Parts: sequence; structure tokens; C-alpha cells
Amino acid sequence: MRVIEISCLEVWKEISNYIDNDVEPELRARMEAHFKACAHCTAILDGTRNVVKLVGDGMEYKVPEGFSRRLYDRIKDK
Amino acid sequence: MEALNPTLETRESELVQKAGAGCREAFYQLVQSCERVLFASAMAILKNEADAEEAAQEAVLKAFTNIGRFRGDCKFSTWITQICINEARLKIRKARKHLYQSIDEPENGDDGDYFPRDFADWREIPSEALQRKELREALQRAMASLPDKYREVLILRDIQHLSIEETAQVLGIAKGNVKTRLLRARLQMRDALAPGFDGNWSSGRLDYVKVRAW
Repeated sequence: MRVIEISCLEVWKEISNYIDNDVEPELRARMEAHFKACAHCTAILDGTRNVVKLVGDGMEYKVPEGFSRRLYDRIKDK
Repeated sequence: MEALNPTLETRESELVQKAGAGCREAFYQLVQSCERVLFASAMAILKNEADAEEAAQEAVLKAFTNIGRFRGDCKFSTWITQICINEARLKIRKARKHLYQSIDEPENGDDGDYFPRDFADWREIPSEALQRKELREALQRAMASLPDKYREVLILRDIQHLSIEETAQVLGIAKGNVKTRLLRARLQMRDALAPGFDGNWSSGRLDYVKVRAW
């Protein structure tokens, strides 16, 4: 199958959707063909994927100590 | 604290019904399952634990008063997170009124293109690096450097793992906007983190040091 060319700019616009597996199969194939040929876009893809993973694994907003209890008290007193 | 019988696998709609009839325990059970996302979404906007907790509490009380309006056309957590985000925004608007100069982000600017700043090639980050304080701090700094509207989307999607649709619902924006903001947020995070990725986080692996000189 011949895959139609896609520019770096178009690839960047879709890179986040690509990571989320939210692109049409046809576009996906074009992007994959581009990544094979373009080291820059591959680096951006890998870096962005890393960011998603790092943010997901390494960042959390732990609720403060006693948060749940204070919430319960507010509901109870309402 | 009097807990509900945990063997009763009460479904959300039953809990909602009970809460609607004034049952505080049922309502608390509903809230408990989403208190993390409530706190995180308030933090995304307010960036301060005490304020975020206050906003979350206010939102929960409002939700209790208005539970009769919840029609079940989305998840309870989506509905209450929406209320929480509104509370947090009210709070930040009040706080900003006191400033001479508005620090609000311009609301336009979703449409232009964002270009990744550089092509630094950092393909892989060793998982032990996550334990490193430097990396956690760098993540926090990078996150804080994002415009509010990008940070909100990033937190809801990539930390709280809401779907595109849920994120759109709680923020009251179109799904297309969620995707655009998420793209910007992720690329800007990457740009913000890449310069620091000079080998200090690489557990001594030389292949990372080569990438960036600073």
C-alpha cells in the first residue's frame, strides 16, 4: 500500500492524539511511515510519550491528611 | 464515623436516590469515591492545598443541596467535578479582583500552532529517576509554568485519567478544545523538561548527557 506523505507540522498537530490512539487508521499509517523516515519527529514522539508517562506516574495530588474526615464533618453538619 | 454496610454493593443510582432523600451517609459514600479528582481539579486551578480543600468542600456542600438536579446523564463524579471546578474558578476570580493587573490568560489562542521548541532526543527515562527529588521538582515546576487552561486539561487527562469526553464535560468546553489544549500541554511539558535533562536524572548513563549541553 502506498502511504501518502505527511509533513512534520501535520505530525506534531496529531502527536497527542496519536499517543492516545485517537487517529484514523489511514492517518496512523501515514504518521508511522513519517516516523520511520524522520528522526526529529520520532524524538518528539518519544519525548512526549515520556512526558505522559512521567506525569501519570510521578505526579499526584494526594489529598491532605484528614481531608476525608473534614469533608464528612461538613456534610454531617449541613 | 458511621460507615454504611460494606456488603451492600449499592449502585451509584441507588446512592444518589438515597442522598436525594437526605441520606448523608449515602452522599458521603458517593463523594468518597471521587475526592481525589475533586481535590486535584481544584489544585489545578488554585495551586494551593488549603484553597483547594476549601473549594472542594464548598462544591460538595453545593452538590448535596442540589443533588435533586443530578439526572444521571453523566457519572456522579463528572457532575460533582464540574461543580468543584466552578467553585475553584469563582475563588480565583475573587482573589484576582484584588490585584491591580489581571493575570488572567487571554482566552483566545487555542487555534494557533504550537511548535516544539527543540528536538532534544530523550527517548527513555529510567524509572528509578522518578524517585529522584530533582525530577519530581522539575515536573512540578514544568506543570506550574503551564498556562492555567493547559494545566487543567493535563491534570484531568494524564493524572486523573478522565476521558476526553469527561474532561470536556467537567471543563464545559468542546472535545476538540480538550485535544488541542492537551497537545499544547504535553508539548510544553516536554520542552520545559528537556533542558533539565542533562544527565542529572539519568543515573549516570552517558547517552543522556550527550543530548543537551546544559
